[in-house]
Amino acid sequence: MGHAYTPGLTVTERTVIRKPRLLPIPGTVLAKAGDRVRAETVVARAELPGKVHVVNVANLLGVAPDEVRDYLVKKEGEAVSQDEVIAENRPFIKWFKTEVRSPIRGKVESVSTITGQMLLREPPRPLERLAYVDGAVVDLHPAHGVTVETSCSMVQGIFGIGGETWGELVMAVDSPEKTLSAFQLLGYDLGVAITGTEQVGFTLVITEGFGTIPMAAKTFELLAGHAGQKASISGATQIRAGVIRPEILIPWTTGSPDAGSAGRAVPATERSGIRIDDHVRVIRDPLFGRIGRVTALPTELRQIETESVVRVLVVTFADGTSAVIPRANVELMEG
Amino acid sequence: MTGSAQPSRQMTAAQPLHVIIATDCGSTTTKAILIEKLGNEYRQTFRGEAPTTVEAPFEDVTRGVLNSLAELEELSGRKILDGERIITPNRAAQGEPRVGVDIYISTSSAGGGLQMMVAGAVQSMTGESAQRCALGAGAIVMDVLASNDGRLPHEKIERIRSLRPDMILLSGGTDGGTVTHVVEMAEYISAAEPRPRLGISYQLPLIYAGNKDARDRITEILGGKTSLVITDNIRPVLERENLGPARTKIHDLFLEHVMAQAPGYKKLLEWTGAPIMPTPAAVGLIMETIAKKENLNLIGVDIGGATTDVFSVFGGVFNRTVSANLGLSYSVSNVLAEAGLASILRWVPFTIEEQTLRNRIKNKMIRPTTIPQTLDELQIEQAIAREALRLALAHHASLATGLKGVQQERTISDIFEQKTSGESLIDMLQLDLIVGSGGILSHAPRRVQAMLMMVDAYEPLGVTRLSVDSIFMMPHLGVLSTVNEQAATDVFVRDCMIYLGTCVAPIGRGKDGERCADYTITFGEGRSPECGTLAFGELRLFPLGRDDRAQIELRPAKQVDLGEGKGVSVTRDVRGGEVGLLLQLPTDSQKRLAALIRWHRAVDLYPGKG
Repeated sequence: MGHAYTPGLTVTERTVIRKPRLLPIPGTVLAKAGDRVRAETVVARAELPGKVHVVNVANLLGVAPDEVRDYLVKKEGEAVSQDEVIAENRPFIKWFKTEVRSPIRGKVESVSTITGQMLLREPPRPLERLAYVDGAVVDLHPAHGVTVETSCSMVQGIFGIGGETWGELVMAVDSPEKTLSAFQLLGYDLGVAITGTEQVGFTLVITEGFGTIPMAAKTFELLAGHAGQKASISGATQIRAGVIRPEILIPWTTGSPDAGSAGRAVPATERSGIRIDDHVRVIRDPLFGRIGRVTALPTELRQIETESVVRVLVVTFADGTSAVIPRANVELMEG
Repeated sequence: MTGSAQPSRQMTAAQPLHVIIATDCGSTTTKAILIEKLGNEYRQTFRGEAPTTVEAPFEDVTRGVLNSLAELEELSGRKILDGERIITPNRAAQGEPRVGVDIYISTSSAGGGLQMMVAGAVQSMTGESAQRCALGAGAIVMDVLASNDGRLPHEKIERIRSLRPDMILLSGGTDGGTVTHVVEMAEYISAAEPRPRLGISYQLPLIYAGNKDARDRITEILGGKTSLVITDNIRPVLERENLGPARTKIHDLFLEHVMAQAPGYKKLLEWTGAPIMPTPAAVGLIMETIAKKENLNLIGVDIGGATTDVFSVFGGVFNRTVSANLGLSYSVSNVLAEAGLASILRWVPFTIEEQTLRNRIKNKMIRPTTIPQTLDELQIEQAIAREALRLALAHHASLATGLKGVQQERTISDIFEQKTSGESLIDMLQLDLIVGSGGILSHAPRRVQAMLMMVDAYEPLGVTRLSVDSIFMMPHLGVLSTVNEQAATDVFVRDCMIYLGTCVAPIGRGKDGERCADYTITFGEGRSPECGTLAFGELRLFPLGRDDRAQIELRPAKQVDLGEGKGVSVTRDVRGGEVGLLLQLPTDSQKRLAALIRWHRAVDLYPGKG
């Protein structure tokens, strides 16, 4: 497998991306092919079945499950409101009467004469899929959604938390060496690198890694160059098969130069490997976070300090120093 | 199922097999091996690999398979492919000995493997039986639902709806026992209207393997909403599990539904000469086959990037568990969360700042394909591996138990020894062999590192042999054993297993430096015996080659047990390996760092320092 290498993160001033915006269940597509949409535009809508609540009528009334139908006030399919009586017994003395009330507003889904349970379902909840980025609808997926295309600047991060959102891009520091103060984000130790659903009130994209590492100059300059513009951001990360990287997308608006014409698309397939002069980021200690240029790609295997025998490359840094690094421990700076 | 250009399963199974190719389509890499009959025995001769192509942009698993076979062709000089067709059978009879193969077989864990949800009436009884059944079939169990699992009904329904498994196994009640509880679970499943993970156009497969008296009701409730299959009860009576029929159904449905939905698998199913198996099911099968053939109690472990699978066979009973979030790359951070920093640090032979270690572990999680470049990094990774292995075995031991809820027959002599039902089957003193697999073990720069990682994590007692899988070919051999057991066991013994040696570990307590036992080791011809005294807290290594045997006699101190009782001398035959004979004595050392450095030096664990 001679081509094994770590695909890099894309940081590019101009690209065209396509975002499928699909519902998890079939619904109604609201946008049409060719529509211009904004991040907040609802492009598709569906109804999620409501939550189910279980009421054991037999236990509450003290009757056998197979008798439960005799005591029902509400039948299957009937609507109920909260606290409405759904079943009751009919004792000789009214004082001993027991009523079972609905804990929710909804309808009776089913009644079981084996368990004596009544299943009540809440009304369906609307689920909306937004466009997430400003752009144009280029493809329709009937009953499921659309694909939105946008011409934008793009920064892929390595790891993020929080869902999709958008807003104005503001710089918090004026140089990549400056530190943003650390604070506890989640309040728990994140175990597995699948994120995007955290409810933390904000979305975070990490561009380099964990530790005190300056942001790559190219990334910082790109973001600084678009300060004040609208950006879409997603923290969703999945590092297992089917990789998803967190991202910052800054759509080129109609006023931008070349807006509307297709820029360079993000390559859909992997490159054949790392080449001489490629810019790479070192992604493992002891030189973690350093960025340099590939100056040699020896073909023979080398023994490293751990005594493992691996493929290596030589990286030369801006200060003129060089280091021999396992190929597995660098990442291409793409875009 | 059988393509016109491809061999039928019946035909290939009946043919003598001389050349076999097998692939394992993993979540990231498709690994192919070539097995050839050389003289009277089968040997694994070449291997090739290529990235798995289930995901976009390819979305066709056969691309990766063809690429791995192309590499195999290149390395072996055998012509295997005719365009995109596997040439079968081999053409030796036609005077072309280097053309074609007799059978192609495969396993798969691509696209996340087989993900199941199981449900039972009582959590510790049918719930656990259902879990054991699904795990043994090679599944990842996403959740175990039971009437008494502590969740409210609507929480259960929400959970079922949000999970999206590949299939559900519903059990509950012994035959003639409770109907109510199992119907209740069926009602929850029905209300949740669960959808399958892959494909939106087909119904979720559901296997019912519970009380046979409830079958009509289950069919009524779930027949229209799921693709319902009914099979024998996995717990017909409390005293007995009957997991076979349900496991067979899981495999059938895996092929018919789950695999058929995954990109390219329809084509792959046509190519193979035996049903495709989930990777862990195949690994389990080869371990079970070897344990039964050699009459061994064994523990096997496969530690990967995301998960750690543990297999055991004790007294002929096979068990498998998968710790879904204990791995060394994607889920490495979870090992830290579950084990705690102190547990990891106790294996690191130098001091390191807590935040630095946390950052390094998180960076490994987000860049899982990187490798340790410095000795410190290697030592940290191996420390984490010890904890992942330890936690996964603890998890396994909690599920590999006797049946719970079984009435115990007691005699008057049992009054003082109250044994409960459902005790763990894992008995380290009865353990004969540990088989380690996964990059951190198979590719450790020094074999002794792999051996010590397993010894530290598992703390074997008495006399235990250890080995590692050379290039992770156990899945291939598992599926091969269904076609030709001799070929599978030949390759397993000769090419798959790398024996590391034997570990001897007494049980007992004493102060470091005090006498623990006296020993005499008698080697084969031409080597003088060695004898001496072993102290508590000591670690000793005696070279003993792969094909060498020795006899060790140990005369323990009065508080030390070697498996025959305290103070009783034992004599054992031991076998060597690439590392040799390791004697590990118990310790009470409080000076952890100094002890670690001493042990590491004693067995020459790392180069230079440490």
